[in-house]
Amino acid sequence: MDFLNDSSHWGTFLFFSALKVVMAFAVVMPMVAYSVMLERRLSAAIQDRIGPNRVGPFGLLQPLADGLKSFLKEDFTPSHVRKVYFIIAPAVSMIPAFLTIAVIPFGSVMGTQAMVIANLNVGILYTFSVVSLGVYGIVLAGWASNSKYPFLGGIRASAQMISYEIAMGMAAVPVFMLVGDLNLGKVIEYQANGAWLVFKQPIAFVIFLVAAFAETNRLPFDLPESETELVSGYNTEYSSMKFALFFMGEYAAMIAVSALMVTLFFGGWTLPFFGLNEAATSIAGGIAHILVFLGKVACFMVFFIWIRWMIPRFRYDQLMDLGWRRFLPLALANIIITAAILWMQHL
Amino acid sequence: MESQIAQYIPVLMLFGLASAFAFGTLLFSALAGKKGYRSRIKDTAYECGMEPVGEGSARFSVKFYLVAMLFILFDVEVVFLYPWAVVYKDMLEQNAHLIFGSMMIFLLLFLVGFVYEIKKKAFDWKS
Repeated sequence: MDFLNDSSHWGTFLFFSALKVVMAFAVVMPMVAYSVMLERRLSAAIQDRIGPNRVGPFGLLQPLADGLKSFLKEDFTPSHVRKVYFIIAPAVSMIPAFLTIAVIPFGSVMGTQAMVIANLNVGILYTFSVVSLGVYGIVLAGWASNSKYPFLGGIRASAQMISYEIAMGMAAVPVFMLVGDLNLGKVIEYQANGAWLVFKQPIAFVIFLVAAFAETNRLPFDLPESETELVSGYNTEYSSMKFALFFMGEYAAMIAVSALMVTLFFGGWTLPFFGLNEAATSIAGGIAHILVFLGKVACFMVFFIWIRWMIPRFRYDQLMDLGWRRFLPLALANIIITAAILWMQHL
Repeated sequence: MESQIAQYIPVLMLFGLASAFAFGTLLFSALAGKKGYRSRIKDTAYECGMEPVGEGSARFSVKFYLVAMLFILFDVEVVFLYPWAVVYKDMLEQNAHLIFGSMMIFLLLFLVGFVYEIKKKAFDWKS
């Protein structure tokens, strides 16, 4: 195992890449499970109920029981569906959500390894491209179900997600004008050397946040599965683990956009005190950075859940109006103002 | 392993793991799940307990196509903004007026297109 200490060796690269992939997956999966749990407990608290508290201490084993139950339920595929697409749709909607985390730096360094799965120089462009792949699973589910409510949910989802993707993409442009690099590691470096970008680009952050809610189909923008009109939207005809995969995909996407917002606007793994702004020199420091990052992501998750139980759903025309006629010009104005300010500093 | 192509290997690994997980769970639930009966009623499309009327893939508003077309137009323009954003600060040192002015002209054209869409009521979902 000598090659492990030689950071230029191919074997080392492959070994640590595989390790990071498995570790990231092993952290994200329980996070998905426990954010479902958190959602149920928080919604119960908000509605003055108790919520699931029977399985294990404080109901902490509830996600395990839920998962087991999904496996044991009848996996029913109705005969009117387009079978192949119907079966692969849940997987297609879940995989992109997990792929998004590949470029997000979840910690500084441990030993010689940078804590990011893939240090791509296109960074954010990769993220946007993968996030927009998520729409395929949902559209495919809606179309393959060959049933009215899923179909309506599917086309609504596609229109909503592509509309807000533009707002999201344009909101992030000023960030990269300030940073001057698409690599997300550089974005964090920039914030560690100055202020967090949420203080320099508050408008960009607000647009990005709202677009993130729309991209992940969360309330107040959950039009694709608005229960009161579309039963359950695109996953109406799904049961058992196929349904659970959509569910996991949604929560994984929430974690991914939360991680993205933490990275772009809230300094990623850095913290301006306790000397946590510099890359770690010890293993303990590396772990501290990862914990800081996960803590920030958890704050966003709580925010996502809190908003869901506080704000009623938008109407479809309001949703489109907000995305196209409000946020797009606002994001454009933000780009122009940022460009002009930077330009004026050089006159 | 500094080359950028090599950085996509972990992405492929993650893709492999995620798809193995997704298809693995699908397969496992198909094997482990309860085997239920099939009947004509259970096989119908879900329409709140009523008899299904007409086809599953109903006709839908042409507005959705319009949104898809606008998305392609605007998204391509957003992608053009990114390379500019990245080099903006460096270019300001060398030729500030050129980099600022050229993008302002581009954004002006963008804005003209956008105003045209609004005037054409492309975003008006009430009509």
